Amino acid sequence: MVSRVATLDRAERIRDVLAGVPDPEIPAVSVLDLGIVRDIDPEGRRVAITPTYSGCPATAAIAAAIVAALAEAGLGDVRLVTRLDPPWTTDWITPEGRAKLLAYGIAPPPASSRLTEAAPACPRCGSTATREVSRFGSTPCKALWRCLDCAEPFDRFKCH
Amino acid sequence: MVTRDDALFRYALRLGDDSLVLGQRLGEWCGKAPALEIDLALANLGLDLIGQATFLLGYAGEVEGKGRDADRLAFHRDVMDFSNCLLVEQPNGDFARTIARQFLFSAWRALLFGDLAASADPTLAAVAKKAVKETAYHLRFSGEWMARLGDGTPESRERLIDGLDWCWRFVDELFEADEVSEALAAARIAPAPAELRARFDATVDAVLAEAGVERPAPRRAVVGGRAGRHSEHLGHLLAEMQFLPRAYPEARW
Repeated sequence: MVSRVATLDRAERIRDVLAGVPDPEIPAVSVLDLGIVRDIDPEGRRVAITPTYSGCPATAAIAAAIVAALAEAGLGDVRLVTRLDPPWTTDWITPEGRAKLLAYGIAPPPASSRLTEAAPACPRCGSTATREVSRFGSTPCKALWRCLDCAEPFDRFKCH
Repeated sequence: MVTRDDALFRYALRLGDDSLVLGQRLGEWCGKAPALEIDLALANLGLDLIGQATFLLGYAGEVEGKGRDADRLAFHRDVMDFSNCLLVEQPNGDFARTIARQFLFSAWRALLFGDLAASADPTLAAVAKKAVKETAYHLRFSGEWMARLGDGTPESRERLIDGLDWCWRFVDELFEADEVSEALAAARIAPAPAELRARFDATVDAVLAEAGVERPAPRRAVVGGRAGRHSEHLGHLLAEMQFLPRAYPEARW
């Protein structure tokens, strides 16, 4: 029983550490919030992560940040593996992650990736009178939008 | 007779080369595009492609089993060892030609990745499932610009027709079969290239109709990229892309 408790603790500890690892491009959300962490094995020996976009330049930085944070917490022997399948989707962003994105000024993706066309509400004034300026924004995961009421531009997390 | 592993290596390599070379070409637009939004869009497309190339070339190296990783394959091969299709190495030309090239490539790639998502090879299937979503964006972006240019001013229309005309002779190569594609089609790892043609033509015709532009007349196809016979343009592209890792092989970020 003692060893079982110890292994449960390990997986929990890993989860706590990962909850504190920010995304390098959007530091308001953690790698857990974004659904980048796919699996922590129950023994607490292996963490599986998945890239958001094939070409996301932050992928290597994210892996390095996770390895460094785990080592810092005395969990340096955890193995990090990359898993491509099933491919990442914005459906995996947690409700907390969506709330944090909105508070940070980024319109979160709709709750289901099947609802791609709906105009997002402006993260500043809440108006739904918004228009897409460019489908490609400052990072691969974001599009550029503008609010027609408060006139502010804002990023929208692309549905993927 | 080509072995399954050899065919798989060469196939992953050619798809990776397609992505890498076109990604590099799109990078040439960075800072020079007609508007900031287009600059961002083309750079984003290029990033997606280079990301796909990293997966595909990495897998090619793994299958080959000679210790070459994605960087080794990208930066330490010469022109005749590249097996990308000729379409992607063509110079950017003007914006309309870049869009025509992107549209034709993305229309083909979206279908290919869609089929590869059901590949009997789990790694190719995983890469394709991820890439097919990105490619759908590329097709939508380039298709919308096709319509906008074709249905725009007399000058934008003329430029689009010229650009499409330039690219058209490289289309047939995308559907060409060889021993690699035959071996993989038999093993249900990849679709036979010709299987995609009818669906490709339907996509192209729909967008050309929207753009109000005729499909270019059939012409003699230029082929050879898959076998390492390239236009003069690829060498110049590689010289720029490969300079740093070749001059400073131990360089690290």
